[in-house]
Amino acid sequence: MYTLPSKLKITAIILMVVGLIGLVIGFLDAPDNVEEVKEMMAAQSHHGEEAEHDEATANMNEEGYIETAGRGIKGSDATQEVDHPVAGEGAHEADSEAHYEHLLHQLQTKPWSALFVSAFFFFMIALGALVFYAIQYAAQAGWSPVLFRVIEGITAYLLPGSIIVFLIVIFAGTHFFPWQNEELVAEDKILQLKSGYLNFPFFLIRAIIYVLGWNLYRFFARKYSDRQEEVAANDYRPYRKLFKASVGFLVFFIITESLMSWDWFMSMTPHWYSTLFAWYIFASLFVSAITVIAMVTVYLKKGGYIPFVNDSHLHDLAKFMFAFSIFWTYLWFGQFMLIWYANIPEEVTYFTMRIENYNLLFFGMLILNFVFPILLLMNSDYKRVPLFVLIAGTIILIGHYIDIFLLVMPSTVGPNWYFGLPEFGGLLFFLGLFIIVVGSGLGKLKLLPKNNPFLKESEHYHY
Amino acid sequence: MASKLIHAIYSDDDLLMQAVKQIKGAHYHIAEVYTPFPVHGLDKAVGLAPTRIAITSFLYGLVGLTVAVLMMDFMMIQDWPQNIGGKPSFHFYENMPAFIPIMFELTVFFAAHLMVITFYMRSKLWPFKKPENPDIRTTDDHFMVEIDASNHNVDKMTKFLYDTGAAEIKLIENN
Repeated sequence: MYTLPSKLKITAIILMVVGLIGLVIGFLDAPDNVEEVKEMMAAQSHHGEEAEHDEATANMNEEGYIETAGRGIKGSDATQEVDHPVAGEGAHEADSEAHYEHLLHQLQTKPWSALFVSAFFFFMIALGALVFYAIQYAAQAGWSPVLFRVIEGITAYLLPGSIIVFLIVIFAGTHFFPWQNEELVAEDKILQLKSGYLNFPFFLIRAIIYVLGWNLYRFFARKYSDRQEEVAANDYRPYRKLFKASVGFLVFFIITESLMSWDWFMSMTPHWYSTLFAWYIFASLFVSAITVIAMVTVYLKKGGYIPFVNDSHLHDLAKFMFAFSIFWTYLWFGQFMLIWYANIPEEVTYFTMRIENYNLLFFGMLILNFVFPILLLMNSDYKRVPLFVLIAGTIILIGHYIDIFLLVMPSTVGPNWYFGLPEFGGLLFFLGLFIIVVGSGLGKLKLLPKNNPFLKESEHYHY
Repeated sequence: MASKLIHAIYSDDDLLMQAVKQIKGAHYHIAEVYTPFPVHGLDKAVGLAPTRIAITSFLYGLVGLTVAVLMMDFMMIQDWPQNIGGKPSFHFYENMPAFIPIMFELTVFFAAHLMVITFYMRSKLWPFKKPENPDIRTTDDHFMVEIDASNHNVDKMTKFLYDTGAAEIKLIENN
């Protein structure tokens, strides 16, 4: 039996309190009206940032979504130069008012985005762990049953995490989803054509279905895996039920995950679309989850709670971390390269935005998510060393936090991002919550499952 | 080659593993083991050093990557930088996404093929090579351990091998 050490608990509570303060300050700091934005800009112009700022946002329309037909980095600079002389003096005055309006909107969205990035990041770890769990059951894996309780402990975060993410998504409104702005839709042909899918009631129903479906599987998985312990030996009825539930969940998940990605991320930029997008988010979600499973396993093993887990199990988890890091990179590149190569204006704006305003994060993320894991975890011996798994895991998690950051921030706050109090606060708050929920979730479980038909094989697993 | 060898034939891979451990325990020198299929854990039991072929493969992969980068940088950027469909060819990194499929494939190509060739060379395999198998049954259903008997009492060894469960024991003298 594991109990969350009181030191860790206090640390987590402190993290949550500090994070909450950061978030609250973030929300209070957001400007309420255009006048405040102007004051902020005036204060900033002492540092000579305003000119630069205007330049960066000059090619954005008042609704806040990039309309520029940017053709790569060079091309988009050229369009800006062409654009400027066309706009007359009078138009410029109106433009600047609209620009402040737009800036206000982005600055108000910033704390929302900060909250959502962190909330989704920790939620997707729990969701990915649940998917990994279902896959292990559906594949009848012989190596992993000793890890099932660890994974169940991590998925304890699914319920609170999914509710928080659900509430954010529902209440964010036009902060995230411009298609919820009726005035905007009224003058936008593209959004009108998409309104059959992108309308609030349907959006709400879909979100409820996802969250409900995922939590139901988690509920029944826990129930059947507990019942398997209580039944007589050789009675595998609960196991079979769980097997069927896992297969069903995987089918349900892959559909809802695609829809979730379109709903919660792609519709932040409703003019843009990519067919690969859902898979790309899945890869991010899955590799983060496996990384956390590996790290929690190392932690519990170090504490002596799971003596039946050996370094071959760790080796397998590290192999998954390695392979799915490459899988993520493959999808990232698949999406990026196709859009970069064809360079169709309506698609390429997505990356133009990210390369121009988030350059370091955008390409730095590739080093964290691809180069480091591939070099650290390629060697078979290193995969068995807990320290290496922890180092690689930390790097992967930082990389995928940036990944989620880059999914949300450029679409919602555009060039007005910085890693400030609300971002940091959100990260700390949800880290604390994750530690407490997962820690107490693990505390409710016997860490060695009983009566699992593959348990013996798993205990003797050797690679 | 040792002047005196003993060939001990076993009919079962579990028996073989056990026998190999006993022979190692008795400090006899195993010259070679012939099996019809890979026996899991045999290399560890015999005490073979781990293979380094994965390391060579990694290095070959780096060679392949370098070849790809140098080749495309020379051809597409240095030698004749043309405007092909508006792709930027001013620097290598500007047009790099278009080169990555080739960089990837050449890395894999070099890593795979050179590793295989290394394997052939190190294990001395090539077409028309004379088979070195001393007993044709070891390619079907028998397992054979070849033990150096030069400085040992052959009778004592034979008795020892018989006790390990050998189905057949032969003394081979090369003079």
